[in-house]
Amino acid sequence: MIEVIGVTKVFPGPDMDFTALGGVSLTVQDNEFFTLLGPSGCGKTTLLRVIAGFEYPTSGSVLLDGKDLLAQPPYRRPVNTVFQSYALFPHMSVAENIAFGLEMLNKPKAEIRKTVADMLDLVRMTPMADRKTSEISGGQQQRVALARALAPRPKVLLLDEPLSALDYKLRKDMQLELKRLQAETGITFIFVTHDQEEALTMSDRIAVMNAGTVRQIGSPREIYDQPSERFVADFIGETNFITADLVGVEGDGSGLVRVRLAGGVETHVQAPSSDLASAMSNGPVTLAIRPEHAILVDEPQGLLKGALENVVYFGTDTHFHVALDDGGLFVLRQQNQPGQRSDMSVGDRVGLSLGRGVGQILRD
Amino acid sequence: MTDAALVHVQKERRSRWMLLTPALVVLFIAASGPLLIVMLYSFLTAGPYGGVEWSFSIDGWFSVLLQRDFFSEELTFADAHLSIFWRSVKLSLLTAVITFLIGFPTAYFIATRPKRQRDIWMLLIIIPFWTNLLIRTFAIMELIRAEGTVNLVLLWLGIIDTPIQMLFTEFAVLFGMAYVYLPLMVLPIYASLERLDFRLVEAGYDLYATRWQVLKRIIFPLAKPGVIAGSILVFVPSLGAYVTPRVLGGGKQLMLGNLIELQFGQGRNWPLGAALSLTLLAIVMIALFVYVRAAGTEENGHG
Amino acid sequence: MARTFDIRRQTGFPAIAMACFILLYLPIILLVAYSFNAGSSVAVWEGFSWRWYASAWENDQVRAATVRSLILALSATVLATACAVPAALAMARPGRFKGQGLIFGLINQPLMVPEIVTAVALLIVFAAVKVATGYTGMGYLILAHSAFCIPFAYMPIKARLAGMDRALEQAGQDLYGTPFRVFLRITLPQLWPGILAGAMLAFVISLDDVVITEFVKSAGQDTLPTYMLGQLRRVVTPEVNAIATVLLGISVVMVVAFFFLSKSRK
Repeated sequence: MIEVIGVTKVFPGPDMDFTALGGVSLTVQDNEFFTLLGPSGCGKTTLLRVIAGFEYPTSGSVLLDGKDLLAQPPYRRPVNTVFQSYALFPHMSVAENIAFGLEMLNKPKAEIRKTVADMLDLVRMTPMADRKTSEISGGQQQRVALARALAPRPKVLLLDEPLSALDYKLRKDMQLELKRLQAETGITFIFVTHDQEEALTMSDRIAVMNAGTVRQIGSPREIYDQPSERFVADFIGETNFITADLVGVEGDGSGLVRVRLAGGVETHVQAPSSDLASAMSNGPVTLAIRPEHAILVDEPQGLLKGALENVVYFGTDTHFHVALDDGGLFVLRQQNQPGQRSDMSVGDRVGLSLGRGVGQILRD
Repeated sequence: MTDAALVHVQKERRSRWMLLTPALVVLFIAASGPLLIVMLYSFLTAGPYGGVEWSFSIDGWFSVLLQRDFFSEELTFADAHLSIFWRSVKLSLLTAVITFLIGFPTAYFIATRPKRQRDIWMLLIIIPFWTNLLIRTFAIMELIRAEGTVNLVLLWLGIIDTPIQMLFTEFAVLFGMAYVYLPLMVLPIYASLERLDFRLVEAGYDLYATRWQVLKRIIFPLAKPGVIAGSILVFVPSLGAYVTPRVLGGGKQLMLGNLIELQFGQGRNWPLGAALSLTLLAIVMIALFVYVRAAGTEENGHG
Repeated sequence: MARTFDIRRQTGFPAIAMACFILLYLPIILLVAYSFNAGSSVAVWEGFSWRWYASAWENDQVRAATVRSLILALSATVLATACAVPAALAMARPGRFKGQGLIFGLINQPLMVPEIVTAVALLIVFAAVKVATGYTGMGYLILAHSAFCIPFAYMPIKARLAGMDRALEQAGQDLYGTPFRVFLRITLPQLWPGILAGAMLAFVISLDDVVITEFVKSAGQDTLPTYMLGQLRRVVTPEVNAIATVLLGISVVMVVAFFFLSKSRK
């Protein structure tokens, strides 16, 4: 178990100091595939480097299984890293790269040979064992970097945007491969990425970071369906933001609250979290609604009404841009069915229907 | 800061200084330390047979430009020194100009060769640069001496009927310095011309410029940082030249370097020699400073 | 057919460039040629002969100077490189530190300060030390040469370090390598061409030095260049050409090797 407690990292600058991490706390469980997700510059890589030992925090502490990790130099931490650039040693072969960590740990020769063979097998690189690292493809380099970091069987594997240099198809394959490796080895993975899709498909839990702080931690489903605040809702997927008035809290523990929409209609939506629901007071709130959660209906049946402004065809689905009567723009997404033809055209009056519990109040 | 961070910073600092120590010790003993001693010596009194006496005096500095008449105690400018200063600056500037006139077209020629050829041409420039300066000066000496190749060829062609005395003239020193420092001009100009985007030249021709106008208005301004660097690289060692004026000037065409040496040889006025050294150093530093400033504004100017 | 318009052409430039190359090489070629002259003139060609090489080889002074030059250049190269490698490692580390500018200036001082000034400064200091200690050996020359060779050894190493991926060293530490083992196994193999290039430059620079050697040497401590300088005062025989040709040969081999070494890293 890794515990990050109140970690702050300030980089002194000539004009202004830069706060890369502003008091980050989180816990990663054993065997977990944990992802740090955020835009570039949000501090996710800095946090990874603090855990690896390449940066020392200005304040705070990091514990591994209850023991202080910061007191150890990087070469004594049972933590290995897969670098963004892979950082394969160019003067060594594939096998020599994988053996390096084991040699540094002074393992017996026979054990090293066996582990290297196992690792080559695990990442399906056995035929390439004696190649130079410059003679293999990007995807293969990626797998060697993984094998090298896994060979010493670290307690935690840190992965710094390892897939960013690969092309789309290879990236998809490697996502599954990583998932498989994590399941097979049972090692805790801490994975850094700015790609939300990558994070959603691979992770057990995600920490969304922005400007050096953790904004929300949760399972991919929680992060997507119940974003706690505007940044998270906006960063993960596409979201419509509309304003409404909170008019009542349901006492049934469902976490649902009643809001009044712009047209005066009332509907049930999700509170930021179920235990917060009862504590909320009436007044204006912001709702986040995913484009695929609203349904396009005839104007009279809609909770929200407006005029169709644009229809954009995307292959698998179609996006409808609706100019709401209160002035906002709402984007709605519908999956295309074979043979289906849209009879709506730009300028038509339309309504938007929301199911019970669709839409999420944002904390602010 | 956390304890771990503090320990880490201290460790970094200690290891950094430990790594620097050997170089700093050697450089202090045999480069910067002695320079400080020179500064000290320039303020001491000259010993009667060389060396110094340990009493404060500004006579050394005084004598750089002025002299006291032996009998009347009257102060006048030290003409001998002034003419040597003047010759040093004049010859150094001329060296820079000559090397530029030859070096710029050469650098341009190399920069416009196909990529694979360029390295070979540059190697031809670099080889003389790294070969012994004394040997190259000696080669020039053999070329221009009374019975040297140049005179032999001219005699054979019937252009002259007695050998021209070229050795031990100012011309010889200038020719020698231009020869030995020529690569120093070509290298930086080539570096800036190599990066030149020839689409800009195309644009120039497209806008009705002639070849000369393109050279003057487009190529030259873009190569200016290289030209400035080359001029400084040639000017600075020319000013402090010692071997070339000694061998080709034959003790007649003295430059600053030779004047300095004299103070530790026959003249035996060590404080004056120290003061002259520091004067030379000061001129060089000013030239370098001007260069850094020029290079700095050049970069800012083009953003 | 119309001639194509070459935008890169500038009238007269190729001619000047050719003249420049001829100017650069003609004097050297003549110098080398006369070292093989059978006669004792450096102006009149009297046929091919190795006689001046033989006569230089039999000249005890030349032999002693050759041995001294080589010992001096080798010692200075080893010392300068041994100083430059750790210094470059320290300076290439990320992050600024107090005194960085000053140290940069110190390391590059031999490049900026005119040689004659350094020579005079060393003369003053070492003359005093010679009187005080009575020691007049090669130590002074080795120390002086090491100092002015440091920046030449330092530059290629620093350049190599700057082009090196810092993540490699971090990966080494991440994989349980102590800093020393990481240096041996990761940094040094990467740095090797730079160190070799730097050492070669230092060797050439030391071998070629005249001014500082002339001022620092004690009596009877001529190196090949200072011996040559002394000979130039007299009537020159092709023996000097022969010595010069040998020195030239060493420099050219070193420089060409250095050139390809520094190209190979890309």
